[in-house]
Amino acid sequence: MQTVALIDYGSGNLRSAQNALVKAAGAAPGGAEICVTSDPETVAAADRIVLPGVGAFAACREALTARSGLVEAITQAVQGRGVPFLGVCVGMQLLASRGLEFGETPGLDWIPGEVRRLTPASPTCKVPHMGWNSLDDISPAGQALGLAPDGAMYFTHSFAFHAADPADVAAFTDHGGRFAAAVARGNVAGVQFHPEKSQSAGLSLLARFLEWRP
Amino acid sequence: MLNLRVIPCLDVKDGRVVKGVQFLSLRDAGDPVEQASAYDAAGADELMFLDITASHEGRGAILDVIARTADVCFMPLSVGGGIRAVEDARRLLLAGADKISVNTAAVENPDLISACADAFGSQAVVCAIDAKHGAAVSGQGGRNDGWRVFTYGGRKDTGLDVIDYARLAVEKGAGEILLTSMDRDGAKTGYDIALLRAITSAVSVPVIASGGAGSAAHMVEAATQGGADAVLAASIFHFGEVSIGEVKQAMVAAGLPARLTGAEMRRDAAEAFS
Repeated sequence: MQTVALIDYGSGNLRSAQNALVKAAGAAPGGAEICVTSDPETVAAADRIVLPGVGAFAACREALTARSGLVEAITQAVQGRGVPFLGVCVGMQLLASRGLEFGETPGLDWIPGEVRRLTPASPTCKVPHMGWNSLDDISPAGQALGLAPDGAMYFTHSFAFHAADPADVAAFTDHGGRFAAAVARGNVAGVQFHPEKSQSAGLSLLARFLEWRP
Repeated sequence: MLNLRVIPCLDVKDGRVVKGVQFLSLRDAGDPVEQASAYDAAGADELMFLDITASHEGRGAILDVIARTADVCFMPLSVGGGIRAVEDARRLLLAGADKISVNTAAVENPDLISACADAFGSQAVVCAIDAKHGAAVSGQGGRNDGWRVFTYGGRKDTGLDVIDYARLAVEKGAGEILLTSMDRDGAKTGYDIALLRAITSAVSVPVIASGGAGSAAHMVEAATQGGADAVLAASIFHFGEVSIGEVKQAMVAAGLPARLTGAEMRRDAAEAFS
């Protein structure tokens, strides 16, 4: 059975992510073993990698880097072996070149772009962007991940990923202006929303990721 | 477009869901884990879990209830009650909460809000405010038709002006305001629209309307007239007087954005063929 490394670097919602992945694995035809881990060797051997993330960009980046050999192991698996990767929320934002929350922090730079504060054009659009929003302009890569315009997803964030190349955006959402709800490039994907908190629409996405062959 | 959120609230005491009227006379309304699971299936947009357990001994046990609740609910879970320090909040988040809601301790020490926001992000910090009609004795004093902030489950009058305090909470990093009208709590006569308007126009973060919902129409009114981003209710949902689906249907009928899930659509189809 395939193994999925769910990266444990102290992110607050690890339990929810694990719970949802286990549920999704139960529904995926091939199943999957979900390993919550910060061990570079386990990561290096995984068939898929999920990077969750809640909180500030800089704090998450620091926590990830603080675990010796972890970033290197993830990078080797994803960039070296082409292992399918899914980043969630700040785990998605970390794919960018840099984050501008509490100063400038370098990201993994796997998908060029930067993470900037949301500035909705309308004062009725509150920040944080919090709640269930729909997706649109879904790219072929987004469709391959099962993203669809009819299922709203749960968002909760104040910063958004601005991709340098619009072709890397797999789906948009609108909150007083459009921004990336999902990004995808090759075997690397990321979603700004929380599939683990998006009921059946989110669980379907996770089940689809477990079968994803980019 | 962002949907309005419909949030059932579980007031939990010693591991059981209870609900009172104007914060008193509690009656039993069931097992929180079962209720969370039922609300998840009914398409609730979020769940609020308020631990009103009075004793310190009960606090550890509540972590287990929260963990079991989080396991059955694939929607955001906010937990409040008795959070006095960042470590209290951390324990709840690790048990499976997505957001923590601070109340009394934040009024007494607003820096608790910034400490939690720094540690977990503003999106994880809800500031719950219990408001009661009456002139404030501090802040923008002299406002004689305002609301005052109450703490300790509505027992202590702080004299603080609600608008001033809501602004301070957001300045300190609260990502959301849970605004409860004590005057309307359990009365089922509708939310305090004037209070809602006062707060939604004063702060830039989402505001959850709470206290007074008696019908789906009241929830529509909270959004259209009060500017609420989310509506919360307890007893009318627990006792089956109004369903989550009915509220969403009423919102859509009023031209408001609401997330219709399979649960309502299936029920609609069943009704159409019955």
